[in-house]
Amino acid sequence: MVFHLDKCIGCHTCSIACKNTWTDRKGAEYMWWNNVETKPGTGYPTKWEDQDIYGGGWEKTKKNPKLKSAGKKKGLGNIFFNPKLPAMDDYYEPWRYRYQDLFDAPEGDDQPTAMPVSDITGEVMTPKSGPNWDDDFSGSPDYARKDVNFKNISKEEQEAMFMLERMTFFYLPRICNHCLNPACVAACPSGAMYKRGEDGIVLINQKKCRGWRFCVSACPYKKSYYNWKTGKSEKCILCYPRLETDQAPACMHSCVGRIRYLGVMLYDADKIKDAANTEEKELVKEQMDIYLDPFDEEVIEQAKKAGIADSTIEAAQKSPVWKFVKEWGLALPLHPEFRTIPNLFYVPPLLPTMASTANNIYESTSDSLWDSIENSRLPMEYLASLFSAGDKEIIKQVLKKMMAVRIHRRNKTVGDMPADESLKALKDTGLTEEIADAIFRLTSIPLYDERFVIPPAHREEAIEMLQDTQEYKGETGLGFTEKPKRGL
Amino acid sequence: MINTLLFIVLPYVAIVLLILGSVYRYKYSGFKVSSLSSQFLEGKNLFYGSVPFHWGLVFLFFGHLIAFLFPRAVILWNGMPVRLFILELSALAFAFLTLSGLLMLLIRRVSTPRLWFITNKMDLIVYLLLLVQIISGIWIAIAFRWGSNWFASVLSPFLKSIFFFNPDIAAVSALPLMIKVHIVSAFVMVGMIPFTRFMHFLVLPLAYIWRKYQVVIWNKKVKSISES
Repeated sequence: MVFHLDKCIGCHTCSIACKNTWTDRKGAEYMWWNNVETKPGTGYPTKWEDQDIYGGGWEKTKKNPKLKSAGKKKGLGNIFFNPKLPAMDDYYEPWRYRYQDLFDAPEGDDQPTAMPVSDITGEVMTPKSGPNWDDDFSGSPDYARKDVNFKNISKEEQEAMFMLERMTFFYLPRICNHCLNPACVAACPSGAMYKRGEDGIVLINQKKCRGWRFCVSACPYKKSYYNWKTGKSEKCILCYPRLETDQAPACMHSCVGRIRYLGVMLYDADKIKDAANTEEKELVKEQMDIYLDPFDEEVIEQAKKAGIADSTIEAAQKSPVWKFVKEWGLALPLHPEFRTIPNLFYVPPLLPTMASTANNIYESTSDSLWDSIENSRLPMEYLASLFSAGDKEIIKQVLKKMMAVRIHRRNKTVGDMPADESLKALKDTGLTEEIADAIFRLTSIPLYDERFVIPPAHREEAIEMLQDTQEYKGETGLGFTEKPKRGL
Repeated sequence: MINTLLFIVLPYVAIVLLILGSVYRYKYSGFKVSSLSSQFLEGKNLFYGSVPFHWGLVFLFFGHLIAFLFPRAVILWNGMPVRLFILELSALAFAFLTLSGLLMLLIRRVSTPRLWFITNKMDLIVYLLLLVQIISGIWIAIAFRWGSNWFASVLSPFLKSIFFFNPDIAAVSALPLMIKVHIVSAFVMVGMIPFTRFMHFLVLPLAYIWRKYQVVIWNKKVKSISES
């Protein structure tokens, strides 16, 4: 998966598509399997990135990565009380409005109002926080200034950043990363969580889940949620019923900015353990080395040997994710320092450049080619803290490439820039004109089939191997076989 | 007559209910096999209730189990008064720990409106049973000294006779009322396991200890990869 942050307009259509499809249920009202955050900001749940509070993810040790606050000893030792579990108030108390009051109110001098009532108690309540409560609130003391990513940025620099002339923000849409080294799966005491071999989707078996809630605290992205009504945990299922029928997940399909890309990545599972336990500086590089070139003859041969369908290999070759992540090196994992090896990559946003005011004239042009990147309104440390475990060079490289594509396209379509500057920009970043055009095409005007390359799931063959299909004729295979109702 | 009912019929009914009920609930109602955690709705006071309650209970459970399985060893241990005092005092301490935890849980559930909406009738019965069980236990420990000794000589043989399908209730029938209450409520709890949140006791995730950390399931079963 790739999310192109430069294209995200923060409309929350993805969140609504997901909510209406999967979490519009009792006990799941507060869950946003897909949510969009304003950055800088504290996010959802509040300060989820601060693992000193939530204890999610893995830690480096001598041999194997270790779960930060879960695992066999810590998990079972804390089985009677999960010390790192976020409570409802860390998300928000869900509510709805009593719209019927607008119709039923007796005639009077004042306008009737629709009072908010709690989804839990049914009592009238005053919402103190809610979904996207901090939407667009960059610079505000309650949200942006408490952003965890400012840890390594000096106080003066932070204050300078929140000056009116300099203030900026961008959106960060988040879903489950369907990690290669999922902390939630490893932390689940019941063994209810698993990764599907075929497509890598991480799921929770609702019947095996006993509600110990260690997936919630172990996931550093807080993308596993506890359903307080059914007593089970739930998470993004990457719309697998849609994927299996050749449709993009609801959030991706509905995306207005068309920022989302989905495709196959072949990888070497034997490298996961070491990549998750490497030095912080090496995390991004080591993760990139896990993914295998789908054009490499040997990779294809091994994949076939492992029983991977030809159609899947073909999809891997056409994968937009492969292009963005490996071929072009434009997309980076979110918070690689959590060591879960997330499979969702972000193309970082080209931030607005810093303007200077000389003689009271607002000025943002510059003579130097890369000035706009060196002097962006958010310090490079900030993006580095999000996407490269603190390595500014990696971020700069990506942004320069994106800028070079812009310069090249401007030269080509508008023609008001010196051609040698465009060539120099491409050369500086190691791109060619063909690659720059390809990046432009997949970024700006891709078709549905270019954004989503979904191989056939081959469920028909899989099922034939396990059971007599005649026996299951007429069954949909979807939904609960038992109503999710409690009472015991 | 009443003794036959309480100490022969009830134990067997409880055990049959436990076995059949648990298998049925696990098989046909698998979604409900857990304790409905409320930590998400109230996570501060729960710590002071759940932790002392559960750990206290774990020690008391194993204490009773050891006395039942190895009565001779317990009597031998109690041969020296100092050791007897240590055993009795620590058992009493765990009992009070459990009681304080249970009271905290009860107060928490009553005083937190959010929790009323996920509390059902069976939860109230669970609280009642636990209160009766723990208070009667503490009463016995204080009033009828020394429990660890006479448990080994009176109750272990009785429990053994139940398990060997040759119930002998002569000694039990003569016990004081409070001890009878403790025994009866214990069997009621055993029988209630499949019908209450006690069920989570049967699905302790012990397999986690020897499981590999990562779980990968192939629908196609071509090969299964598990990373540790």
